[in-house]
Amino acid sequence: MISVQRDDFDHCEQYLALKEEADGDGAVVTFTGLVRDFNVQGAVSGIHIEHYPGMTEKSLMRICSEARKRWQLGQIRVIHRVGRIGPQEQIVFVGVTSKHRKNAFDACEFIIDYLKTSAPLWKQEGTSEGMKWVASRLSDKEAMDRWLNTTNLS
Amino acid sequence: MIQIKFFASLRERLGTSSLNLQYAGENTVADVAHELVERGEEWRFLEERDVLCAVNQTLCGKDAKINDGDEIAFFPPVTGG
Repeated sequence: MISVQRDDFDHCEQYLALKEEADGDGAVVTFTGLVRDFNVQGAVSGIHIEHYPGMTEKSLMRICSEARKRWQLGQIRVIHRVGRIGPQEQIVFVGVTSKHRKNAFDACEFIIDYLKTSAPLWKQEGTSEGMKWVASRLSDKEAMDRWLNTTNLS
Repeated sequence: MIQIKFFASLRERLGTSSLNLQYAGENTVADVAHELVERGEEWRFLEERDVLCAVNQTLCGKDAKINDGDEIAFFPPVTGG
């Protein structure tokens, strides 16, 4: 299940849905990203996320199918919010089920790393000088690069 | 006709989110970028190295082939998540 939405989501509901759909899988791993209330320059009063409608959904589906090629997975749920999001609010959710925990942990991390470097989403932060576009981070690219040489691990 | 879209800081710098270009046999995304750059100084950064592009909503390199009717997008490095 993939969703790009303005509204907030209920993390517990997502976990319960994954648990219901797990169908014998022994592991559920979830990741929830929150809006930080600080950055290198100081306090952040919230963010605004712009995206490329259509391509965002397509790229999230592609990321999930790449994950399925690498690990044997059950269910995958990815939610990304767009528009205005306040400090400490939820911004992204990734949930994965698998027979074994290692696959679920790895796939969940792979999906968020891949999303951060390839899904067409752009963040603006509210600073004391107004809204500022966030620059991409080398550490995100390095996190993704770690996966490039991994083959099918399941 | 080719539809061209711009996002985020690129959209702001150009002051436009999309435009249509009559297809004139351009081979690649780089050809289209080059054609836009010839319109004037403010388009020049389309050829900067960190500008990403997509053809028909799939991320690709600037050497990607294009055809009449394609949707091409230019945007800065992504920062979601």
